[in-house]
Amino acid sequence: MKRDAIADIVPAVRPRSRRLTPARIGVYGFLIMAALFFLVPLYVMLVTSVKPMHEIRLGNLFALPMSPTLAPWRSAWQSACTGLECEGIRGGFWNSVWITFPSMVLSIAVGAVNGYALSFWRPRGANALFAVLMMGAFIPGQVMLYPLVRALAAVELYSTLPGIVLVHVIFGMPMMTLLFRNYYASLPEELFKAARVDGGGFWRIFLELMLPMSTPVIVVAAIMQVTNIWNDFLLGLVFAGSDNLPMTVQLNNIINTTTGERLYNVNMAATILTSLVPLALYFLSGRWFVRGIAAGAVKG
Amino acid sequence: MVAIRKNRAACWSAYIALLPMVLTVLGAYIGTMLWTARVSVSSARIFPTGDFVGLGQYERLFRNARWLLSLENLAIYGVLFVAGCLVLGFLLAVFIDQKVMGEGALRTVFLYPYAMSFVATGLVWQWILNPELGIQRVVRRLGFTDFTFDWIVDQDKALYTIVLATVWQASGLVMALLLSGLRGIDDELWKAARIDGIPVWRVYVSIVLPLLWPALSTALILLFALVIKLFDAVVAMTQGGPGTATEVPAKFIMDYLFGRANIGLASAASIVLLTTVVAIVAPLYYARAKAVQRGLK
Repeated sequence: MKRDAIADIVPAVRPRSRRLTPARIGVYGFLIMAALFFLVPLYVMLVTSVKPMHEIRLGNLFALPMSPTLAPWRSAWQSACTGLECEGIRGGFWNSVWITFPSMVLSIAVGAVNGYALSFWRPRGANALFAVLMMGAFIPGQVMLYPLVRALAAVELYSTLPGIVLVHVIFGMPMMTLLFRNYYASLPEELFKAARVDGGGFWRIFLELMLPMSTPVIVVAAIMQVTNIWNDFLLGLVFAGSDNLPMTVQLNNIINTTTGERLYNVNMAATILTSLVPLALYFLSGRWFVRGIAAGAVKG
Repeated sequence: MVAIRKNRAACWSAYIALLPMVLTVLGAYIGTMLWTARVSVSSARIFPTGDFVGLGQYERLFRNARWLLSLENLAIYGVLFVAGCLVLGFLLAVFIDQKVMGEGALRTVFLYPYAMSFVATGLVWQWILNPELGIQRVVRRLGFTDFTFDWIVDQDKALYTIVLATVWQASGLVMALLLSGLRGIDDELWKAARIDGIPVWRVYVSIVLPLLWPALSTALILLFALVIKLFDAVVAMTQGGPGTATEVPAKFIMDYLFGRANIGLASAASIVLLTTVVAIVAPLYYARAKAVQRGLK
């Protein structure tokens, strides 16, 4: 594990060591083993989802399919049973879309306005409020669940689409606010002052000056929120109601409530289908995803 | 005069704009906490009641074997999960930082599980670990007929399978955070260490690790939040079983809130969980804020 060419650790230009010393072999050995460990579940998921059941019963978990079939995928999408209904996971897919999209847009809008007001206007008491909001990020969801159920039921939003969207906006608010606050805090204050001198009001400066400059942070926020909301299980289970159950909840229903023989191929196809949106987003967005992880964390 | 009036109007806009945040903080955070605290000292079962029973629910809670087991499980899980993620994540970051080929691809591979839901990864691991058709069967078919790997249906070991699956899912997060920390370390440090003839592993343990503290504390906080929330993976992998072997507090609270309709007891459990979180996160958060401040100066 000796470092060769130690002077060149600058990320941009990194000449690789060409010599294959035992230490280098060790490094690659470890990384390859680790990569296998990380990839095996994905591989098992994929091959299982295209095997017919009689092949699965043979017990060759890691073998490639002998007669690949897409029937499990069709079944997972259209006809697998999620509890009493047997219409596959497609309903859950669309429910997740309808939950995720408005929740993402609203929580980004609220987060952007919060961050902007906190960074530039700093109304009295806002910092204390922000501190409480950040502590709120650590309140275990369970503390809030039942009171929120009661509150939403009181205004007839419990088990409705607007209800679950509202819940996602509330739970996403600390992270979104922090993200935008940190971003706006990194912009030069003079910009804002100049806009004030020119007579810009609160909303005008936000809409015409700040928002157009916020594209990078909006992209990061969108990736984070789509991933978080799409992958949510608990909130969907409690607040969405039976007509709006998200894909994750339906997936769990398909797999953990089946009676009779378990159709592992259908289960794995349904699992991949459920993971498809966040995985596609992850593979396409690359570094932006990582930036989202680090963004809220760097300044704190 | 004009300027002041303008300021005031603009400030009002700021207050109005922050209204959703005010309502969330007061209603969704403080309000729900107070409400839960109030219910936890009442005898409420299905519906909230106005009576006051002191700490009766808490006494009952700590006589409840399932709750005690949940807490114990969470403690064991938490230590193993956090340690596992930190060790694996740190090793991955250090090895990736050795100027290896295919760095981008490796990073993508190590982090992709984190983009999936805990339900999905839980189900995959449940499938791989199931003794009838999973790894155990594969190894037995290779000729090792006595091989057993049935942890997921073993009362004493099922919890470790949840550790395995979630470490697999979350250690990429630690890797990503620490790698960006490693990249921020000054090259001069490596030169100096080399001139002094300090072994590389020693530099990592004694110099680099302390320098990574801001990134580490961030990782710790994120991991700790995942520990407390542990619910999805348990539901997907074992549903709390076999028996009650993998029960955790989040699941206990859910069951008593919605399944067993005992909101008084569930509220008491929530408050205990909240207190634990505050007791652990607050010092961590404070230490991290200090470290970040020092770093900026």
